[in-house]
Amino acid sequence: MSAATTTAEVTSVAPPRERAKILLPAILFLLLALAPLAVTIGMPAGWLALLTRALIFAIAALSLDLILGVGGLVSFGHAAFLGIGAYVTGIMITEGRSEALAILPVILGVCALFGAITGAICLRTRGVAFIMITLAFGQMVYFLAQALSAYGGDDGLTLYEKSTLLGFNPFASRTSFYYSVLIALAGAYLLVRGLVASRFGRVLRAARENPTRVSVTGFDVNKVRLVAYVISGMLAGLSGFFLANHTEFVSPAFMSWQRSGELIFMAVLGGVGSLHGAIIGAIAYLIAEDALSHLTEHWRVIFGPMIILFVLFTRGGIVGMLRKLGPRHG
Amino acid sequence: MAEPVLVLDAVRKSFGALKVTDGVSLAVAPGELHALIGPNGAGKTTLVHQISGMLTPDDGTIRFRGQDVTAFNAEKRARHGLARTFQITSTIASLSALENVALGVQAKASHPLSFFRNAASDERLNRPARAALDAVGLSERANVPAGSLSHGEKRALEIAMALALEPAAILLDEPLAGVGKEEGERLITLLKSLKGRYAMLLVEHDMEAVFALADTVSVLVYGRVIASGDPSAVRADPAVREAYLGEEG
Repeated sequence: MSAATTTAEVTSVAPPRERAKILLPAILFLLLALAPLAVTIGMPAGWLALLTRALIFAIAALSLDLILGVGGLVSFGHAAFLGIGAYVTGIMITEGRSEALAILPVILGVCALFGAITGAICLRTRGVAFIMITLAFGQMVYFLAQALSAYGGDDGLTLYEKSTLLGFNPFASRTSFYYSVLIALAGAYLLVRGLVASRFGRVLRAARENPTRVSVTGFDVNKVRLVAYVISGMLAGLSGFFLANHTEFVSPAFMSWQRSGELIFMAVLGGVGSLHGAIIGAIAYLIAEDALSHLTEHWRVIFGPMIILFVLFTRGGIVGMLRKLGPRHG
Repeated sequence: MAEPVLVLDAVRKSFGALKVTDGVSLAVAPGELHALIGPNGAGKTTLVHQISGMLTPDDGTIRFRGQDVTAFNAEKRARHGLARTFQITSTIASLSALENVALGVQAKASHPLSFFRNAASDERLNRPARAALDAVGLSERANVPAGSLSHGEKRALEIAMALALEPAAILLDEPLAGVGKEEGERLITLLKSLKGRYAMLLVEHDMEAVFALADTVSVLVYGRVIASGDPSAVRADPAVREAYLGEEG
């Protein structure tokens, strides 16, 4: 009897917390779904292109959050996956294969392979060594792209057409491009969220806090981390596919270490480990970047200190701030 | 006597010139509570690390359930049914007590790393986890994050996490360390309730607890077992009294 009462109480306590976890992402995706309406009521059309670009980076930042926020692995080479996705897209379109259903499996395959090989090596290290070795692999891909003289080398590769999907052109109009990316982002978000809540995700989360405990419980910590690393890389590759189609251009700069750093900033800005934080962070980052670059040519001088101050004074990023503003639970 | 669950044969480990484990041999029978005592720096925790697979011995063999596990790493030994607790409590602070135990249940489940279904609401994990929490008297605290439990509760939680592995043997590294008198008594009662069901190797400083619980006591001094046997015989052993018990009068 008393055990039954306890469980009843326990389940009645849990929902508010669960509801809060669903509320913010639900509002976020609702706003994103309605965003194109803003153009019809007077926002400049370029605004939708900016938001599309933000959502593309949101996919990459979300994928990074899986290993950075959830797994506790600071990868400084994540842009390599983004670049691989963009280059595979660029090369295949140049070679006349613009069908998305042909390009995407190649991207996912190459990113999975690259992730499995580099991840297996990187995960032998911890802490600063891990950061340095992921950075090194990222730079390796960067220089490889520079050496691809058949596909533009240092100058990059201009795309003269966009990908098609089963003969349709989802990227032809700004609005349908936007919704294509939004659908991909929503799918990626639900996938990663499901993954984090699964048995696999529980082990990954536990290993971030206490890997020793997890291994004496009978789990192979490195194997779990490697799988997360590979999945994360594949999702970042997906964002590269959209990025190449959006900019209609790919260049080695897509995978520079600065770009990897920006992805970390986006995740930290939004609040690591919450997943929707990475999406908010990416959007905030790109909008702030855009706004400041309109103000002055030397916008980085303002943007840099702004980010530093923000990270210093807000624990848990934007999501952490919103959580403090919201009603308190329990 | 039944075939021992855990057998150490001439295990040696040195850190540089320091012989931390100097030819230790001991055996733990099924259901036996074997206490390992010894002064600070005797090498007790280092020995537990070697048994659990966190350290590899330089020499000697460790047999567990009839199999040579000396070359196995920690996770492989855990999967074979060897559970342990730590001298400094080791839980997953942000996960609830229930989830900490469910992690152990999950390790024994048929799909320990499944990508599908929400793990937190999975009754196949939660039901056995609740039973283990119940066994250590923590059912009321199931939804509290492990980091917010009292020290004694964390100790009990670690034992529940070990039980969740359905182990053949449990290594308990000073389960009473830093625990107050009242919580200590509760933990002793808990360990008593587990006696006979699991082979246990108990490292402990609290002599009262050791003599209340142990079937066999081994005394480790400078990495060597200087005496082993019946608690009363060990207590009477002059060498032990001189090396260890004597200090306490």
